[in-house]
Amino acid sequence: MSGSVRTLSQKVWDNHLVREEAGAPSLIYIDLHLVHEVTSPQAFSGLRARGLKVRRPDLTVATTDHSIPTTDRSLPIVDPIARNQVEQLAKNCAEFGIPHYGVHSEHQGIVHVIGPELGFTQPGMTVVCGDSHTATHGAFGALAFGIGTSEVENVLATQCLLQRPSKTFKVHVDGVLKPGVTAKDIILAFCARVGVGGATGTVLEYTGSAISSLSMEGRMTVCNMSIEAGARAGLIAPDDTTFNYLHGRPFAPKDKYWDEAVARWKQLPTDEGATFDREVSIDGNSLEPMITWGTNPGMGVSINGAVPDPSSIGDPLERDAVVKALQYMGLEAGKPIAGRPVNVVFIGSCTNSRISDLRAAAAVLKGRKVNPNVRVMVVPGSMEVKRQAIAEGLPEVFRAAGCDYREPGCSMCIAMNGDQLQPGEYSVSTSNRNFEGRQGKGGRTFLASPLTAAATALTGVVTDVRTIL
Amino acid sequence: MPNNNIDTDQIIPARFLKTTSKEGLDKNLFCDWRYNADGSEKPDFILNTPRGKGAEVLLAGDNFGCGSSREHAPWALTQFGFRAVISTSFADIFKQNALKNSLIPIVVSPDVHAKLFALSEDAKVAVDLASQTLTLPDGQKVEFPVDSFSKTCLLEGIDELGWILKQAPAIEAYEVKRVSTLNTLGN
Repeated sequence: MSGSVRTLSQKVWDNHLVREEAGAPSLIYIDLHLVHEVTSPQAFSGLRARGLKVRRPDLTVATTDHSIPTTDRSLPIVDPIARNQVEQLAKNCAEFGIPHYGVHSEHQGIVHVIGPELGFTQPGMTVVCGDSHTATHGAFGALAFGIGTSEVENVLATQCLLQRPSKTFKVHVDGVLKPGVTAKDIILAFCARVGVGGATGTVLEYTGSAISSLSMEGRMTVCNMSIEAGARAGLIAPDDTTFNYLHGRPFAPKDKYWDEAVARWKQLPTDEGATFDREVSIDGNSLEPMITWGTNPGMGVSINGAVPDPSSIGDPLERDAVVKALQYMGLEAGKPIAGRPVNVVFIGSCTNSRISDLRAAAAVLKGRKVNPNVRVMVVPGSMEVKRQAIAEGLPEVFRAAGCDYREPGCSMCIAMNGDQLQPGEYSVSTSNRNFEGRQGKGGRTFLASPLTAAATALTGVVTDVRTIL
Repeated sequence: MPNNNIDTDQIIPARFLKTTSKEGLDKNLFCDWRYNADGSEKPDFILNTPRGKGAEVLLAGDNFGCGSSREHAPWALTQFGFRAVISTSFADIFKQNALKNSLIPIVVSPDVHAKLFALSEDAKVAVDLASQTLTLPDGQKVEFPVDSFSKTCLLEGIDELGWILKQAPAIEAYEVKRVSTLNTLGN
C-alpha cells in the first residue's frame, strides 16, 4: 500500500511491516503493548501452557484499572473474584518480568490515561491493548487499536500481530468551537453523523483547525471514541502541541534522542495529495454541546434537540431500534432531552478523566452546590491526575459542592467494581458507552461532556452548561 | 435476534469479566435479556425457547458484536453451542475474535438476511466453510466471504500463534533495524 504519497496511518503501517506474503495477512510489529487485569489472565495462561516467555517485556506495560474499587486504597478489595483477578495480574507481571503499575503504585491509573502521561505513547508507534479504547493513543499519531485476548497472547509471545490494512477515513473538522462546546461534542457529533457501525473496517484520521487547536487531552477524548463509530483506530497528525506535551515525560526520549525523534515524527503527517477511501466534513463553528438519548453512542442529538420520533423513520429495522431504545431509556418520542431529571452524574473514564476534564467540571461547580437529588461521582483517571488535582485545590471544590471524589479507575464507565447505577436510574456520564446496562443492570446513560455533566449536577436535570455560566 | 448493533456488553455483561478463566461463560450469555431479576428464564427470549436451546447458528441484526474488545463474547457464544453467526455486518474486533475461536461470522446481503428472518421456526440452514456457502432450506446457495488465512487455519487446524512463532527470523531481522524512541529507563 506504500505509494509516493501516503496517509499518516499508512506510514505507520509501512514502518512496522515485518513480513508480507501474498494471500496472508501482514505481520506487523508492535511498539507498545498495554496490559490490564481483565483481558490478560487467559493470555498468560496460554503462554504458560506452551512454555513461552514474553518476548519484549521492555515494550509491555501493565496497570490495574477495571476491577478495582475507587474507595480508600488502604482497604482490601472486598469482592473475592475481583481481588483474585487483580492479584493474578500482579503475579503474572512478576513471573514474566513486566512492569506493573498496580493498586498501590504512584503511577496507577486507567491504562489509556497513564500510557500518555508517562510518555510511553509516542508518535508513529503501533500501540495495542486488550481494550477497544486503545484508539485513545491515536491522538499522538500512533496506530493504536484494541485486540482480543488471543491477540494479547500473540503479542506477548512474539511482539507481532497478523493484520490486514484497514480502509482510510478522513474526518475533517474546521472552525472554532463555541464556548461550552468541547472535544467530547466533536466526537459525539461524529458518532451521531455516521452511526455506531458507520466507520467499521476503517482507520480514521481527524484533521482540520478544530482538531489541531485542541489540547492533547482534548485530542485523546476525540480519538478515544473512534471505536464507538466502529473504527479500528483514529489518528491525529503529531505537531508542536504533541511534542510540547511529550517533552520531559519519563519514557519520552531525552536530549539528542529527543531531537532525533522529533525530526522523525515530523515526517509522519499525511502527504499532500494523499487520498482517503472516505471523507466527511463537520463544521466546528456550528457544533452544539451533544448528548446521547439512546442505547448506543451513535444515538445522539444536540443538547437543545429532541428525542427522535420513530414514526418519522422509514427503514423498519432502524425504526424498531429507536422504539426499543426509547422503551429501554423510558423516553417519549419527540420530547426535548434537556430538562430530563437524572439520579447520578459520573465524571471520569478513559474518555474524560484527565486534569483538563476535572478543571472544566470544577470551574462550573466552584462555589455552588450539586442538586440534592443527584449523586455526583468524580473519579480521576490516574494517581498523577489525582496529585495534580490536589495541587490545584480541585478535590476541595468537588467536595464543597457535594460531590463524591474517589480514587482512580474505570469505575462507573464499565461498572465492574461496584460503582454502578441501580435499575431504572438515569445518569449523565462523561464516559464512552450508553449500551443497555453498561453502567449497571437496568441503568440508563446519557453520554455528554464534563461541562454538561457538571451543569446537570447542579440542576438535577439535563442542562445546557451555557444557561448557567 | 433481529436487533441491530448488538454490542458485546449485551452478549456478556462486564460484571462477568472478573473471571481469570475462559470457562463457564455460557450461562451468562445475553444474561440481561435472558433472565428475570429473580434469575428465572424469560420464556419469550429466543435462547430460552426449544429452538434457541439447541441452536448452532445465530441469526442477528446488522453490526453484530460492536463495542468492547472482550473475547469473552465469542467464548460465551461457542460454549453455548453456537458455531456461526449470520448478519449483514460484524464489528472488526468481534470478527477477529470469533475466527480465533472457530465461530464463523457469516456476512450476507440485506436480501438474504431478510429472507432468513422470514423462515419458519424449525427451518435449518447448512454452513460449509470449505466452499464458503450457506445453504437455505429451499436449496438456495449463498456464498459468503471469509478471510483466506483464517479459513486455512480453521480447516487445517493451524494454530495462529504457532505460525507467528515460526516467523522468528523475520521478527529478529526487523528488531535489528527497528528504531525505538522509547526511553525504557523511564528517567
